[in-house]
Formats: sequence, C-alpha cells, structure tokens
Amino acid sequence: MLLFILKRLGLAVLVAFTVSFISFSLLFMAGDPAAALAGETASGEDIEAIRKLYGFDRPMLVQYGDWLVSALQFDFGESYYFRLPVSSLIVDRLGVTMTLGVCGITFALLTAVPLGVAAAIRPNSIIDRVALFLSVAGQAMPSFWFGLILIVIFAIKLGWLPPSGASTPAHFIMPTIVLGYYAMPAIMRLTRAGMLDVLSSDYIRTARAKGAPEGRVLFRHALRNAIIPVVSLAAVQMGFMLGGSIVVESIFALHGAGFLAWESIARNDLPTVQALILVFSMFYIVFTFLADVLNAWLDPRMRSS
Amino acid sequence: MTQFDTQDPILAEITGPTPGQMLRKRVFGHQGLMIGAGVLVILALIAVFAPLLAPHDPYAQSLMTRMEPPVFLGGDWEHPLGTDHLGRDYLSRLIYGARVSLMIGGIAALISGVIGTAMGVAAGYFGGRVDMVVTFLINVRLAMPVVLVALAVVAILGGSLQVVIVVLGLLLWDRFAVVMRASTLQVRGREYVAAARAIGASTPRVILSEIMPNIANNLIVVVTLEMAHAILLEAALSFLGLGVQPPTPSWGLMVSEGKNMMLFEPWMVLIPGAVLFILVLAINLMGDGLRDVTAPENRS
Amino acid sequence: MENPLLSVRNLMLDIPVGGGTLHAVRGIDFDLMRGETLCIVGESGSGKSLTSLALMGLLGKTILRSADRMDFDGTDILTAKPRAMRALRGDRMAMIFQEPMTSLNPAYTIGDQLTEALLLHKSVDREAARERAVELLEKVGITAARSRLGQYPHQLSGGLRQRVMIAMALMCEPELIIADEPTTALDVTIQAQILRLLYDLGREMNMAMILITHDLGVVARVADKVAVMYAGELVETGPAKDVFNAPSHPYTRGLLRCIPQPGKTERGSTLGTIPGIVPSLIGDVEGCAFRTRCPYAEAQCRAEIPRHETGTHAFRCIHPDGARHAEEEVPA
Repeated sequence: MLLFILKRLGLAVLVAFTVSFISFSLLFMAGDPAAALAGETASGEDIEAIRKLYGFDRPMLVQYGDWLVSALQFDFGESYYFRLPVSSLIVDRLGVTMTLGVCGITFALLTAVPLGVAAAIRPNSIIDRVALFLSVAGQAMPSFWFGLILIVIFAIKLGWLPPSGASTPAHFIMPTIVLGYYAMPAIMRLTRAGMLDVLSSDYIRTARAKGAPEGRVLFRHALRNAIIPVVSLAAVQMGFMLGGSIVVESIFALHGAGFLAWESIARNDLPTVQALILVFSMFYIVFTFLADVLNAWLDPRMRSS
Repeated sequence: MTQFDTQDPILAEITGPTPGQMLRKRVFGHQGLMIGAGVLVILALIAVFAPLLAPHDPYAQSLMTRMEPPVFLGGDWEHPLGTDHLGRDYLSRLIYGARVSLMIGGIAALISGVIGTAMGVAAGYFGGRVDMVVTFLINVRLAMPVVLVALAVVAILGGSLQVVIVVLGLLLWDRFAVVMRASTLQVRGREYVAAARAIGASTPRVILSEIMPNIANNLIVVVTLEMAHAILLEAALSFLGLGVQPPTPSWGLMVSEGKNMMLFEPWMVLIPGAVLFILVLAINLMGDGLRDVTAPENRS
Repeated sequence: MENPLLSVRNLMLDIPVGGGTLHAVRGIDFDLMRGETLCIVGESGSGKSLTSLALMGLLGKTILRSADRMDFDGTDILTAKPRAMRALRGDRMAMIFQEPMTSLNPAYTIGDQLTEALLLHKSVDREAARERAVELLEKVGITAARSRLGQYPHQLSGGLRQRVMIAMALMCEPELIIADEPTTALDVTIQAQILRLLYDLGREMNMAMILITHDLGVVARVADKVAVMYAGELVETGPAKDVFNAPSHPYTRGLLRCIPQPGKTERGSTLGTIPGIVPSLIGDVEGCAFRTRCPYAEAQCRAEIPRHETGTHAFRCIHPDGARHAEEEVPA
C-alpha cells in the first residue's frame, strides 16, 4: 500500500512538472510577451526595455526554470491587466469555483448513484429507461445552452431564482445543476454497470442464501463493491468540472477562477492564464491521486498488498 | 440406433444464420442505432446540400428585417425561423451551421483518432517503455483542462475554423489512446496474433492485418463519441467568443449572439441549441448503438 | 413413520428463451429424512444446480418454478412469502456453492461474513457470534482460527475459502444443507478432505444433506440415497446400495462404467463412455430424453415412459428391466 502510494505520488509529481512546462510554453507560442505587456502605443525602445526588465531576452529554459521556482512558491508574477499578483487574484476567485465544484459533484452523485442503483435493480424497467434517457440527454446537452434555458425558465419566466451573480446560496442552484448534470451521465452509467455486474456475482447469491434481507443485499453487499470505481470516477469528474466551470461561470456571471480565466484569455493576460491552467491541472492531479489512494483503501485486495 | 432428427434444435443452430446475418439483424433491430444514424444521415445531407436547401444567403444582412420571429411565433414564410439581430435568415444560418459542426467534428475526430490510435496501439503492442511513455502522456493530457487550454490556444493563434479544428484535433486524442491501448493489449495475446508472428509476419503487417481489424469496432465507437465531444467543444468555444469568429454561421456562436436578446426573444437561443443537441444526441445514440451491436456483452 | 424433512413432488423449472420455453427440470420427486444424505448425480447441464437453487428459493425471476408439493418440515416453500423464505435460508437450510473463489464478498472480512447469518437469525451479540465463528473455523480444520476472522477472502486459498463457506453454512446449525459440487473448483488432494469433512460434520450435527455431484466415487462413499439426473429428469432414484448394486436405467449403468473400480477394471481395458450429447430441452420434450444416446432405444421411447418401482428404488424406462438383458448379451 505504501509502495503504491509512493509510486502514484511520483507519477503525480512528474505529470505536474510536465504540465507546468506545457502551460509555460504557451507564453512562447503567443509571440512577443514584451509587446503585449507594453501595450499598443509603446515604441520599439519601450518594448526592448520591458523585454530586458522582465528577462524575456533570456533562453526559454532559463525563463521556465525561473518561473517554476517562483510558481513552486505560489508566485506566478503579475497580471498584465489587473497589475496585481496573479496568486492573490486566483486565491480571491477560487472560493466561488470550489464551492461550485463541490456543489456540482454532490448534486451529480446524489442523483446519479440512486438512479444507477435503481436502474440496475430493474433493468429495462421504466426507471431504467428514465435513467438512460437522462444520461443520454445529459451527454448531448451543451451546458451553455442548458444554463441559458434554466435562466429563461426559472429566472425570467418564473422569477424564482436570480439569473446571475454569486451573493446568496440561491445564486448557486442553477450553476450547480448545470455543472452537476455534466458529470451525472458517466457516474450513473458506471454505477448501473457496476451494480449489474456485482448483482450477478456469486457472493450476492451467498448473501441471499444466508437469508439477508434484500436491502442489506443491495446496499451492504452489492453497492459497497460497485461503488469503488465510482469513487475514482467522481474524483476525475471533479477535476474535469473545475476545468469546465469556465463555461458555467461565464453564463451565470459567477466571478470565480473560471470566469477569471475567460476574462484573462480575452485580455491576453498570459501570466494569469498560465497560472490558471497550472492551478486547474494541479486540482485534477491532486483529485485523481486522492481517488487512487481512496480506491486502494476501499478495496481490501489493494489495501493489504 | 442413431438417427438424425431433422427437428433437432442443435442442428438448426449449427445451420442457423451466419455471423454477418446476425450482425445485420442486430444493427437493424437496434432502435437507438437506427434513429441516431438516420438523423445523422439527414443532417449530413443537409450540410452537403446546404447551398440548394438554404432559402437565403446566410451572410446577407438586412437592416429592415431584423429579429423577425419564426412562423410559429407569428412570423411569415419568407423567413421560416425568423431573422437574427443583423437581419440574416435564421434557417439558412442553421443549415450552413450544420456544415461547420460536422466538419469540425469529423476532421477533429480524424486528427485525434490518428494520433490517439497510433499511440494506443503502439503502447499496447510494444508494451514496456513505449507503454510507459504513452501512459504518461495520457496522464499529462488528462491533467490539462481541455476547455481552458483550447480557449487559450485558439485565442493566441486567432479564432478561425482551421485553428479550432486543429487545436481540438490535437487535444482530444486521449480517449482514443486509452481505448486502443486496452483493446490492443487484449488482442495481442490471442492465438491468431501468435500464429501470424510464428509464420514470420513483420510487425507492421501483424498490426495492420491482425490487430487493427479486431479493434476496429472499438475504434468506431470512440470516433463517434469524440466527434460529439469536438462538436460540443467547438460550440462552447464559439459561445464564449473565442472559437469560430463571426460571421461564420456556427451554432454555438448563434446561441451566443442570441443570448443578448434572450430576455425578449428566447427562441434565438432555443433553436440553435436544440439543433446542436439533436446532432450530438444522434451521434451519441449511434455510438452507443454501435457498441451494443458489435459487443453485446459489453453493454454498459 | 417419521415425516420427511423435505418432500418434493413434480418440481418443474421452465426458462422462457427466445424461441420458446426451455424445460430445464421436469418432474422431480424425492423425500429426504432428517440426517439423511441424498446425492444428486448427473452431467453438467442436467439441471442439478437449478434444482438446488429452486429448493433454496434463489432462482432468478426469469425462471418459472412449479410443483405439486415442496414441503420443508411443514412449511410450503413453493408458496412461502419472500420474508418467510428469508427466515428459513441461512438458518434452517443452508447452501454451499461450487465456486469458493467468488462466493465470498471481497469487501468484508471472513469474520463479518461468518457472523452475518447468525446475527441475522439468532439473537446473539457480536462477541458470541465471533466465538461461534472461531469454534466452527476450528471444526472445519482451519488453524489460527481467531486471527482468520480479520482476514479478507483474497488472502485465503481456494481450499481454505471452501472451508470458510462450510463453516458459514453451519453457523446456525441448519437442519438441511445443500452442497452444490462443493469440491469441483478445488485441487484433487483437497477435494477428498473437504468431502470427508462435510460428511463427518453432517453426521455429527444430524443434518440432512443434499450433495450435488458428478463424481460417482463420492456418491458411493457418502450417500444414503441417490438420484440420477439426466437432461432435467430423475431417471433413477433409490437407496444408494440398491442403485449401485442393481443400476437399472441404461444411463446409470453407463455412468457407472465410466469409473474405474479397483480389482474389477482390468489394466489396459477401456473405460466406458456415453456417446452423443445432451439434447436441447427447448420446446416440448417427449418420451425419454436419453433415447438419442441410448444403445437400447426403440420407437416407443418417444412415447410416455413407464416408471418401475421395487420398494423405494425406482427408474423410468420402456424396458421393464432397463434393458439389462440386452446388455448381458452385448459385452460393453
């Protein structure tokens, strides 16, 4: 188990460094950062001075090393647009995104797991068909469109919910549904497939042969085993969702990290974009790492090896 | 005393339908697959024959007839689905939009399919270090937030149809690599692969004529899913204003343009989104159906 | 005379399939007394396992069960409510399955799984249940029993897992135990130990046992009664010694010829085989199902097959002596 964790941690660190390199290279794809920084009205000399000042004239790998060392200390430089440290900008905005992510994954799990279980108990029943329909529709639903429809119905027509902003919990209801629905289909399908698989296994028959009541068979014996892969999927989805929150935050004008990313991309604010790519990647890496560890812990076969 | 029983169900089974007949029966008997494929074919035909079908030039602006409602909301048949804020015919833009979506989905899936399949098959077939490197690259790719990276790169390179296609193609190979790697691993150990090697077939030959045909069914399924994925991503990028640029008739862009009028004219958002939804739904239904009929035991 | 613990009459199991109905089990009859061991013998696919699952009420919903009588110590287990069946299962009737590798839940410890049935059915506390588990693990020959309670199934070998399964079945001291080929998945050396154990425990606790097997050597050693099953029917039933001494149905004799007997089977001679395959049971099955493989089959075999009884020994064949006369003329 310990060996597994160490190996997995090694991989996570390696992936993190590679991602950091790629997100840094984006800056170099973008053309001349000095020109971007100096603004459109700057003269050639100004640009040259800025290039020297920021060290853009040094070899790329040296700059990367510099950037990485600072990034490790959570210093991503200064935003071109806000003229503020990128790290403090991100910290300010991350709360909204995290709240949204946690609400979203909770919503997804609370709908997908019960639906998946119900569908697996009675394959081809009405509830199975409803679950299948919801998951097929969810996979095809453009999340920005779904968000706009919800706004039209619940904010404009019915006036039940605020259309945008983040000041009250009610503001998070629609974004949570949109983001959660994005993660729901995969979790539902995996739960259903896992439950179907487990329910036909020999040990479920053993449990029934002991005279265990159906609820105990389903939840204690079956779900406990079927849920193991769902845990890691949920973590992966959580990582994706934080990255995908950019769309949801822009629809509902939630000023989180995703919204910041959108603004910064539109404004060519590269240090902020770089840092955000790195931060979102780190979240994914940390979540999948934790999921693998949790998974190993949930599965006795891995725990003891 | 042994006698052949002509009614014997075992004999009937032996002389029963061929695998090809059975596959055909499964394909045509699968509702989701037929509906999905049917809708997709219709949309593809609409895209191909867009110039013939579109009642107006999708780019022609007319300030006199701006934001006319569709016929079902009291508009006239001159513009069956109304006009947008620049007076462009909505139906014509939708029809041309099918070209954009299908082109992006098709070409991006092709690019990522080539990259991902090459990586996945190599990893599965050669194993060892190749596998380690590919697995690592998959991990790196998965760690990158795809919407964010795509947005940033498209913003840097400038939003055009070509750029969006290439960027999506270069980003969406992960699932191809994962699935092809697993399928190749599974097939590699089979007897017929060992037999081909034993008679001295070269590595490319073994891969092309023994491995590829046997993993092609999984490949087709991933192609459809990634096509849907690419179409949705393009729409999202265009919606965020950082994908295909106006005046290109992209459905995502149409939703984005309609968003500003959403308060008064919700149909401007509903119609292009619904069409997008139907296209992606059709592709997904077809993909799920293909998975069912090619490997019924793997149905999830 | 004492009432039988389990009495089954005309048990039928039908499975609806694409092209009709598969009559998997047709007209099973038997009685089982307390403390008695019944061996059901037959090839794979003859319906032995389905029959045992039907007795436990563990068949899936897709299989239709009917019978004239299914009585377990006064309880009608054919029509019993699920709740009543649950109360019986694991308490008064228990089952041991074929596959020890997959029959234990990988997510829970041996201790949790052993004590589960006891905690469900009897009012005992956890501590007492664990004591009972240790006692039974020792009884089934597991060393360091107490420390095994905290182990997970994957940490045990197949033989140990099957011992655990046996201990689990015995937790509530059931009156009936059904063992469905409990040793097929195990190494040959362990098979004998496990069977011996099962048999001894059955005697010790005065349990009735239904042992499902295709190993006639096993049957000869442990059975009080034998039921020979072919393609969903009991072709011959009776006290073990009668069936072995005077095997009447051609199929039974065929089976017996397939096992070498020390002192009887000559070195170098060929063992018997039964040519042909089991017929499909989809659609109406008429006459004797064995006729396609039977060397003595005749036209009447397609018609109603009479049942011949001598005491409790019974078989179904058109030949009143099961064609034994023919066999003596033709050397097998």
